[in-house]
Order: sequence, then structure tokens, then C-alpha cells
Amino acid sequence: MEDRRQWPLYEVFVRARGGLDHKHVGSLHAADARMAIEHARDLYTRRQEGVSIWAVPSNAIIASDPSESDSMFEPARDKVYRHPTFYEIPDEVKTL
Amino acid sequence: MSDLFRYVLRLGDLSLVLGQRLSEWVGHSPALEEDLGLANISLDLIGQARLLLSYAGEIEGKGRDEDKLAYLREQGAYFNAILAEQPNGDFGQTIVRQVLIDAFQLELYERMTASRDARLAAIAAKSVKEVRYHLRYSSGWLVRLGDGTPESHVRAQAALGLLWPYTVELFAPDDVDQRMADAGIAPHLSDVYVAWSARMDALLSEATLKRPADRPHAWHGKRGQHSEHLGYILAEMQYLQRTYPDARW
Repeated sequence: MEDRRQWPLYEVFVRARGGLDHKHVGSLHAADARMAIEHARDLYTRRQEGVSIWAVPSNAIIASDPSESDSMFEPARDKVYRHPTFYEIPDEVKTL
Repeated sequence: MSDLFRYVLRLGDLSLVLGQRLSEWVGHSPALEEDLGLANISLDLIGQARLLLSYAGEIEGKGRDEDKLAYLREQGAYFNAILAEQPNGDFGQTIVRQVLIDAFQLELYERMTASRDARLAAIAAKSVKEVRYHLRYSSGWLVRLGDGTPESHVRAQAALGLLWPYTVELFAPDDVDQRMADAGIAPHLSDVYVAWSARMDALLSEATLKRPADRPHAWHGKRGQHSEHLGYILAEMQYLQRTYPDARW
């Protein structure tokens, strides 16, 4: 049975202003979705930090396993050719 | 004392006393998140009180600013409806008091944005956005508690029964309310009541709570006659200014 002594955990993402992406800012406890948004508003946007909030149940986030980080991330280390740094950029191109 | 001065004090005192009451939850709320939520609402209300009391001081024209009006008036010179000064009780009681006043302020300020008094219209326009959120917060909790566990339902219903009689004063117009409404400065309280009442019916039904019967009762907070509770609130709120007059920090 679900533990009802503690409200579920939510992760909060805030968009600082139009055009930017939502950034993870922290987490909070809330009993339901509506409360999660209200708590996020009160905890994370009281100093004008944002214009939009996403709240996601923490248990809905699928995370990579830290114990697998060797096989997950190390193989990318010596593949420098994957970075787009081998192109010569013509002088006329200013905005790339 | 001019009508407008008295009327603006009533609005300011309602926000100030309720804001001070809510601040008592800081450090005591059922969850850290609620602590911040209630503190935010408290600060919104005290912000509204500052605007209103500053304006009242200008109307009076005797050199009293927001601080003098807040910290150096005695109980009989406070004109808030006495619902605002009722004790916090349990969390449910605080929420019920909040819903009743939030909905009142929302309907009042929405109409006051069309006031012929430009200053009041501007204060209402700023405040109505805050109050709309306050009601979103408090009504969410009312439904959660009313339609929650048997325990939370019983407590919310009891708080409603306890506080409902005090709502009569919010909508009972006296001569000042009447003259302000006739002058187009304030909305007619009868209009505010109809909208408030419809909102309450919808909300209470969603929260599975029973609307208590209206009992005619004469409360006179608007005339400066208060329940025993206001004195304690003022004693705490005014202690510093009275002990160290003109202290600044």
C-alpha cells in the first residue's frame, strides 16, 4: 500500500522567460497535481524566476543507473570526431 | 472622519489583520511548502494594507502614514470586519476563513477596478490578481479537506459552521457603504453578495460541505467594535513601536 504519511515527490521545471527552455529547479512534496503547481509557484517563482512551470511526479522520471556510467558514457570519450570542430569556417560566415 | 477615509481604512484593516493572523502560521504549518504558501499570502495582504493605509493617511491629511495607522491606532479605531480577526484554529479553520474572505475580496476588487476614485481603482487592479491566486489556493484546500477523509470533512464542516455567521457583516451595508456605492466609488454590497453567494454554493458543493443557514446577527467591526481577539493581535503587532517609539531598522 502507498505510504500516506508523506506526500508524493514532484520535480519542478521553470521557464525563466518566453523562448527559453524549462530548467530543473528543485523538488517538492504535494498531495496532488494542482497542489504541486501551487507549491512550485510559491517555492520557486516568488522572486520572479519564471513565466511557466512544469511539475512531474518524480517516480515518472526514468533515470540512468550511476553504476552503469562506465558503459553508458565512457565510450563517447575518445570519439572526438563527433564534435563539429573539423570544419574550416570561411571568414565571411559571422554567425555560425 | 470622512466617509472615504473610513471606507479605505476598513479595506486596509481587513487585509492587515488577516495578513497578521496568517503570519502566525510561519514555522508551524503542516508542511514546509504550506509554510511558504501561507507566508506569501500574508505578505500579499500586508502589501495591500500598505497601499490602502498610505492612501487613507493622505485622505485624512493629518500627517499619519501607513506605519502610524498600523502601529499606533487602538482597537476601537480599527474597522475590519471581525471575521478577519478570528483565531487560526486548526489548518481547516484557517482555510475556511481564508476562502470566505478571499471570495469576498475577489468579488469586491473586481468591481472596484471601475471605481470613480482612480487611486482605489488602481489598488483594486493590482490586488485582484493576488486575491485570485489566494482563492485558488484556499479553495483547492477546501475541496481537498471537505471531500477528503471523514476526519477532515468533519473538521471543515465544523469550521464552516463556526465562521459562517461572521460573513453577515461583510455584506451588511451601513451609511458609509451606501454613500460610497452611490458615489460610484465602491461597488454595491448587494451585488458583491450575489456573486459571492453563487461562488460559495458551487465551491461548497464541490467540497461536499453543507452551507450553513444564515442567521441575522449584528457585528460591528466596521464601526470599531471588535471581538476579544483583536486586542491580542494588536498587542503583538504593535509591541515594538509602542515600546520603542519611532524605532527604525
